Amino acid sequence: MLRSLPLLSLLVLSEPAMAAEIWVTNEKDDTISVIDIASLEVVRTIPTGERPRGITFSKDFSRVYICASDSDTVQVMDPETGKILHDLPSGEDPEQFVLHPNDRHLYIANEDDAVTTVVDTETRSVIAQINVGIEPEGMAVSPDGKIAITTSETTNMAHWIDTETRQLFANTLVDSRPRHAEFTAGGSELWVSSEIGGTITVFDTGTQTEKGKIEFEVQGVHPDRVQPVGFEFTADEKTAFVALGPSNHVAVVNAETLEVEDYILVGRRVWHMAFSPDKSLLFTTNGVSGDVTVIDVAKREAIKSIKVGRFPWGAALRP
Amino acid sequence: MQRRNLGTCLAGLVLAAQAALADVNVPAVYLRQEVDLPPTLSNLDPVPGDLGEIGARLGLADNMTTGSFLGQSYALEVISIPVGGDLIASARNALEQSPFLILDAPASDQLTVADLPEAQSALLFNASSADMNLRGEDCRSNLFHTLPSYQMRSDALMQFARFKKWESLPLVAGTHPQDKAFAEALRQSAAKFGLRIEGEKSWVFDADMRRNASQEVPLFTQDFGDYDILLIADELHDFGRYIAYNTWQPRPVAGSEGLVPTAWAPVVEQWGAAQLQSRFHDLAARPMHPQDYAAWAAMRSIGEAVTRTNSDDPAVLRAFILSEKFELAGFKGRPLSFRSWNGQLRQPIPLVTPRALVAQAPLEGYLHQRNELDTLGLDEPESACEAFR
Repeated sequence: MLRSLPLLSLLVLSEPAMAAEIWVTNEKDDTISVIDIASLEVVRTIPTGERPRGITFSKDFSRVYICASDSDTVQVMDPETGKILHDLPSGEDPEQFVLHPNDRHLYIANEDDAVTTVVDTETRSVIAQINVGIEPEGMAVSPDGKIAITTSETTNMAHWIDTETRQLFANTLVDSRPRHAEFTAGGSELWVSSEIGGTITVFDTGTQTEKGKIEFEVQGVHPDRVQPVGFEFTADEKTAFVALGPSNHVAVVNAETLEVEDYILVGRRVWHMAFSPDKSLLFTTNGVSGDVTVIDVAKREAIKSIKVGRFPWGAALRP
Repeated sequence: MQRRNLGTCLAGLVLAAQAALADVNVPAVYLRQEVDLPPTLSNLDPVPGDLGEIGARLGLADNMTTGSFLGQSYALEVISIPVGGDLIASARNALEQSPFLILDAPASDQLTVADLPEAQSALLFNASSADMNLRGEDCRSNLFHTLPSYQMRSDALMQFARFKKWESLPLVAGTHPQDKAFAEALRQSAAKFGLRIEGEKSWVFDADMRRNASQEVPLFTQDFGDYDILLIADELHDFGRYIAYNTWQPRPVAGSEGLVPTAWAPVVEQWGAAQLQSRFHDLAARPMHPQDYAAWAAMRSIGEAVTRTNSDDPAVLRAFILSEKFELAGFKGRPLSFRSWNGQLRQPIPLVTPRALVAQAPLEGYLHQRNELDTLGLDEPESACEAFR
């Protein structure tokens, strides 16, 4: 019994080298909090440019891209050392972005400029700027890479971009203040959340027409405060978890019937989220309470809250 | 294959858009009746000459962007009538050009415009007057209000006073009609929320307070005795700025100065407001004032209704604006909508100091059977407005 202990501690010790992490941008601290998924603790805090919001990793996780909104740049960081390798030209006030499946082109929403900027991360140059509606924010790209989406908060639209010609080919209205977009069902559906409208609109990708709408109702919370923002799908894409902003709840949605099955109480003003590698845990950023809630996906309950920096915004997995 | 599908779709959509949307044109007029403002003790904060107008222009720009994707077009003309000018002729001229008017004028002039035969099928937006009668017994079915009333602002302040347990509130009011109207709103709101206005004084000094506020104000406020917070009704910002820190008792001030309930202020930055502030600043090179916000909200309300109905018919837009489907994202954290009983835009009221947002009404705990925003201002049962029924 005693003899097996050293072996055990060896195992434990060897784990951190391959431990998965959740990277959280802290909008009002100009930092990233790195949460170790095994211990559920913040293990590193890394300084960034001003007002970091969107965050995403390259395909091989050798680089992390960060929207430093008030520095008007996208920073490229080495996740091992936390050093900024270089900045990318991003257009003014980059808020959120999405990396094309080609691992090379970043589609960036320039919130103050009503523009979507396409940046080549290899040549570090802007290859296109596309005029979209006022206050672009939500960004998505289809799994086949052919369509990019920008949602605009004040124009209340999803703008459909042909990634080959880099032109808009459709503009579809959604409810007030669209915030986030994701493709699902193998790319055949596009979901767009509307913060002030309080809904998620589901589009058929082929025809760009609305095929469904999800509404939310949290007991004891006025409907005006139920404001869907970020959302993510489980591995089988049968369930979506939806952050409901100042209602302080995450909704669990059946992605086939579009019915809400559950509401999970989390921290204040829940915004975006990221899964652990096996998608058994979900990490939500809670802007006002300055923490991250860890949700047990199978049990659909919050199991821990982890204090991070001020106004955590984005979250990304580093496996 | 996929690519060709996209192309076909694109062509189809463009054709559909042209066929369905080519005829939606929405001109609007910003109609301003200029007024002479009485002199104030300090010239630190001049009233911008383009107050309100730039807000409307920003709303126009927002609408035009959306319209560009839908084949809907917008325009804005500004008509400014000099003091003593012919209001009726100018209003008729405006109504010939457009059924959508944003009014920047005293309450009585707004009624004159609203009562013109040419205005009966028009959609008018009051973006400048907080007058309570305009929302009450003098309301008109063609006149909507995007600026909060005096009472919405005073209710917001009294909710906060109640929350802080500030129960004893003396009042100093100026002598201008706007000061008296705000003072009356403060009295009504105090009664509504179970607070006491204890001690009232009228500001009738004609001395220059920049020199002697430190001598006059302590004596002036000495006989209020003990209290929690001093209310100031000084809507033209004449004397109020000299009262804080000069009172006999070391107490904060609120109302027109100090802690101010307002439609909008440069310190509002949450709920995406920072973007609206920076767009406004790019356009105006000055901060956004409440009247700018009200004019912006009027233009955006028209735009939102046009976007959702694809119509430029004022009757269709009026019906939509008053329906449950209408919601305006106004950068105050909740959807804004219009009260069906008097055409007032429901909206949260920020409580601000020059440096920070202190709170935003409705405060937590002020519940309402329909909408918490209706805890601010005239609610349906107490409304004397008949024109909307």
